[in-house]
Amino acid sequence: MLSRILAIITKEVRQLARDRLTFGMILGIPLMQILLFGFAINFDVRDLRAAVVDDARTTHSRALVAAMEATGVIELAAPSPDLPHLQRRMQRGEVSIGIVIPADFERRRLGNDRAVVQLLIDGAEPMVDAVARGLAAVPMPGRAGSYPLRVPVFEVRTEYNPERRTAVQVVPALIGVILNMTMVIFTAAAIVRERERGNLELLIATPIRSWELMAGKLLPYVFIGLVQTTLILTVGARIFDVPINGSLLDLYLAAALFIAATLTLGLVISTFARTQFQAFQMSFLTLLPSILLSGFVFPFDGMPRLAQWIAQLLPLTHFVEMIRGILLRGAPLAAMQVPALKLGVFLIIALAIATLRFHKRLD
Amino acid sequence: MTAAALRSAATSQGDYAISARGLTRVFGAVRAVDGIDLDIPRARIYGFLGPNGSGKSTTIRILCGLLRPTAGTVDVLGHAMPRDAERMRTRLGYMTQKFSLWDDLTVRENLEFMAQVFGLGAARKRERIAAVATEFDLEQLFRQRAGTLSGGQRQRLALGAATLHEPELLLLDEPTSAVDPQSRRDFWESLFALVTRGVTILVSTHYMDEAERCHGLAILASGKVVAQGEPQQLMSDIPASVVEVEAADTAAARQALLVDPGVRSVAQLGMRLHVLLDPTLAEPRERVLRRLADAAVAAQAVSVRASLEDVFVAATGFGRANSSRPQG
Repeated sequence: MLSRILAIITKEVRQLARDRLTFGMILGIPLMQILLFGFAINFDVRDLRAAVVDDARTTHSRALVAAMEATGVIELAAPSPDLPHLQRRMQRGEVSIGIVIPADFERRRLGNDRAVVQLLIDGAEPMVDAVARGLAAVPMPGRAGSYPLRVPVFEVRTEYNPERRTAVQVVPALIGVILNMTMVIFTAAAIVRERERGNLELLIATPIRSWELMAGKLLPYVFIGLVQTTLILTVGARIFDVPINGSLLDLYLAAALFIAATLTLGLVISTFARTQFQAFQMSFLTLLPSILLSGFVFPFDGMPRLAQWIAQLLPLTHFVEMIRGILLRGAPLAAMQVPALKLGVFLIIALAIATLRFHKRLD
Repeated sequence: MTAAALRSAATSQGDYAISARGLTRVFGAVRAVDGIDLDIPRARIYGFLGPNGSGKSTTIRILCGLLRPTAGTVDVLGHAMPRDAERMRTRLGYMTQKFSLWDDLTVRENLEFMAQVFGLGAARKRERIAAVATEFDLEQLFRQRAGTLSGGQRQRLALGAATLHEPELLLLDEPTSAVDPQSRRDFWESLFALVTRGVTILVSTHYMDEAERCHGLAILASGKVVAQGEPQQLMSDIPASVVEVEAADTAAARQALLVDPGVRSVAQLGMRLHVLLDPTLAEPRERVLRRLADAAVAAQAVSVRASLEDVFVAATGFGRANSSRPQG
């Protein structure tokens, strides 16, 4: 039994070592992804293009615009003569934010009953809305005396990420996204490839058992997954200053569990797909909901109930919860029992489905 | 066969490596295998002869337990298939029609993998790989990747891999279809060497000369066995008279012969025509000559022994609508 699993492992490793493209992908995909995501995904939005329609043209109106520009959130484009002109520019995508200062700006400024300035926001772009709403908090210049001094109701302190850097929020979960991507695709292709090349007919005519074949196919990739984890962690810590607050052992245990779960998901796919192309398509079918629903991008608690249920079926959801806990909040694995247990259940069920669906027959 | 011999054959099922009754396999609307009966004796080479799509591969796959029959029973080495398929794995060797070892592994790595998967211990593995390498002339190729081998080399490797675990029964699905004539001859030498050691071999082919080398033969067409027996017996029992015609104008000779209701088929071989006639007709050669003389075609004719191809043509309904009536 052990020697048969060992035979499969040896064969897989030899084939992998000779398949330069796949071998390159093992290191290339994670490296490319983390650099791309780490640099490109940035929720600290700056330099949004904005244009002004200033119908007041007073000292104060100019001072207000200057104060807004000074926040660094907007970058001013040429002003527009009137509102319709501004709206056309927004429609063409030239500006994301419009600042409309009405002719009766001074009267409104001195009064206290009406909004003074209108902000036009392009709701088609993600994040712009939230950022622009922050702009509305810019204090009115030259109004200090009459302006009621506002003491904020809440003082906000961001734990575990005091500088509120996106990389800290993104990189840990990114380990999960990258593993999810590579692991599912590798194993989904692993059995289908044998089928496509005609090796499977020979393989099933040998005494090897289904689970031995599965185990032999998966184990090398568990190791590869852990190598990828190390790579992403190293780049995350070195380039993006992501802290590693929890225990590394806990982290690797959690990663190993997640890797096993995604590998079996790939195996399940490989029992459905007839060609490698189908296997890739199905892998992507599982990848997109994983990325969107796992809490990687959107806060899990804010999602509709149905989306939360679907997310429970995806291994990435539970891993994102675990890795953020261990890596950022320094939680021990023992405190992460619930997501760990859910991942374990997923693993067992998926493995059972794959083994039951894989017949040592051609019909 | 005497009554006693018949009785002994019927009682000692163990004499047969393979027995099948009413074997049927349906794929959708296609009856790929349609009610086949087989009795294949041990330590013999038994051939399946038939065109592509006649059900040879499907039958072999059912016999080694890779496909379930839609109907019928199969007994392989005393075990019911596909029920005991997993238990039988180490006693069967199977060579697929398409080369199915790993192109990106070397010859030695492929052999080592197969030996390990078949559960050979370290000592026996070394010994068997060395033996197979000598027998099939693979030592020089040990470090070469399987994907770079020639057709003949690949087929030697595949047969070597299939015999590593010393199976009692070898199922070979068109093993020589991509191989040059010299390699085919060598391959058959190897098969006979295996048979003298007591191995039973079932081999499918569409080469007449290979079929003629088998101890026993089943001719398959459209999923049915249309003739079964020893090749020599099949040739002498052919339900047709064979006349070979040599004519300057073969097209005219062919025209003249095809209108004769006694002529079953005419096949051209270079300048000669191979004519199959109704076996009940007296003096077939004279009849052919008369026909040709009537049509003013100058020709010579001789009665000849039937070839296996003639048997095949006769068994499959003389190239007309396939006869569903089993013969032979």
